[in-house]
Amino acid sequence: MSSPNSAYPDIPETQTKPKRHEWPLWEVFIRGQHGMSHRHVGSLHAPEEEMAIKNARDVYTRRNEGVSIWVVEARHIAASSPSEKGPLYEPSESKVYRHPTFFDIPDEVGAM
Amino acid sequence: MYAQMVKSEAADDSAEALAFQARIDAGEKIEPKDWMPAGYRKTLIRQIGQHAHSEIVGQLPEGNWITRAPTLERKAILLAKVQDEAGHGLYLYCAAETLGVSRDELTEMLLDGRMKYSSIFNYPTLTWADMGAVGWLVDGAAIMNQVPLQRTSFGPYSRAMIRICKEESFHQRQGYDIMMKMAQGTPEQKAMAQNAINRLWYPSLMMFGPSDKDSVHSTQSMAWKIKMNTNDELRQKFVDQTVPQAEYLGLTVPDETLKWNEEKGGYDFAEPDWDEFFEVIQGNGPCNTERLAARNTAWDDGKWVRDGLLAHAEKRSMSKVAAE
Repeated sequence: MSSPNSAYPDIPETQTKPKRHEWPLWEVFIRGQHGMSHRHVGSLHAPEEEMAIKNARDVYTRRNEGVSIWVVEARHIAASSPSEKGPLYEPSESKVYRHPTFFDIPDEVGAM
Repeated sequence: MYAQMVKSEAADDSAEALAFQARIDAGEKIEPKDWMPAGYRKTLIRQIGQHAHSEIVGQLPEGNWITRAPTLERKAILLAKVQDEAGHGLYLYCAAETLGVSRDELTEMLLDGRMKYSSIFNYPTLTWADMGAVGWLVDGAAIMNQVPLQRTSFGPYSRAMIRICKEESFHQRQGYDIMMKMAQGTPEQKAMAQNAINRLWYPSLMMFGPSDKDSVHSTQSMAWKIKMNTNDELRQKFVDQTVPQAEYLGLTVPDETLKWNEEKGGYDFAEPDWDEFFEVIQGNGPCNTERLAARNTAWDDGKWVRDGLLAHAEKRSMSKVAAE
């Protein structure tokens, strides 16, 4: 049987990949200087968590971008899927009263 | 441009593909878990992979001068620049990995020659002035390509480009700073700077890829917004920006036909030798063998470190489990 991927010899097909022994993938979160939350900045490979933090320091904070680093192995992250977009986010579209600008407050009342 | 002649796959005209194109036309970003045509995915893996490989191989010509930098300060700066290139390679490998290919796979494809890197890194760096010319011209050409790519349609690629562009301007300025010093130095130093431009000018122009009339992969990639400008547009922009910078240095670009064209508001300039370009792409440039051999040696020599750290991590996690 010929490979379904024969048209693309340079790109490996997911299904036929041999099992590899690679350093796992870690997602990196950095807290910037200004009291903000940790924010996702990217990912990297490392054998374990201590090396992941050391690598994150070298890869993502070479120019004082942060004061704190979180790393989490990518396989531990659960994510919503794009197909759930409708059910998850559409209900809030009709609830405009959740925004303060929905209510008209007379100028005489002052700042509110 | 760090990705040259990336083979583009054709789009299909299924309903899904049309809806996908409509999202791109509307300026939406495509994220890894979104539906995408197989051709989009494969073209992007090639392009981002080639771009990443260029960052990594691009460390070699400059790494060549770290131990011979003229002052401790220049050495620290060059070291920081080369470290940035490693970082840029990593950002890009991560972006490619979101498309379903692993970094080690990409590395293997570079090492066995299935994937390419930019032709520019197959030229040698013969003198210290080359560190100036590389930063100024080569990083300058890369910036020309990378700035518009910040708006590319694929989210992870776009974010990697934004991060890279922030750092890249340091690279170009440190190069130009070296050129200024050399151009204002002794006659020998000035001649060395001129010689570096003479050798690197045309290879820098080649970085943008072949002339538009010979660029067969552009149309689909531009529709997908993974290529934002044509090769000739970017090359023209680069020449227009760079020539006055050379004049400021009191140096010249090695092109006797170079002439300001008032009508088009840009320079007329000589094309590089495209036969040479295709030879370099085919693996016959001055340093192709050396570059690939250096990468292979680094990969092979590093195997015991990669394996050892992994074995240590596994042992530790097992003893943690046993303790619980």
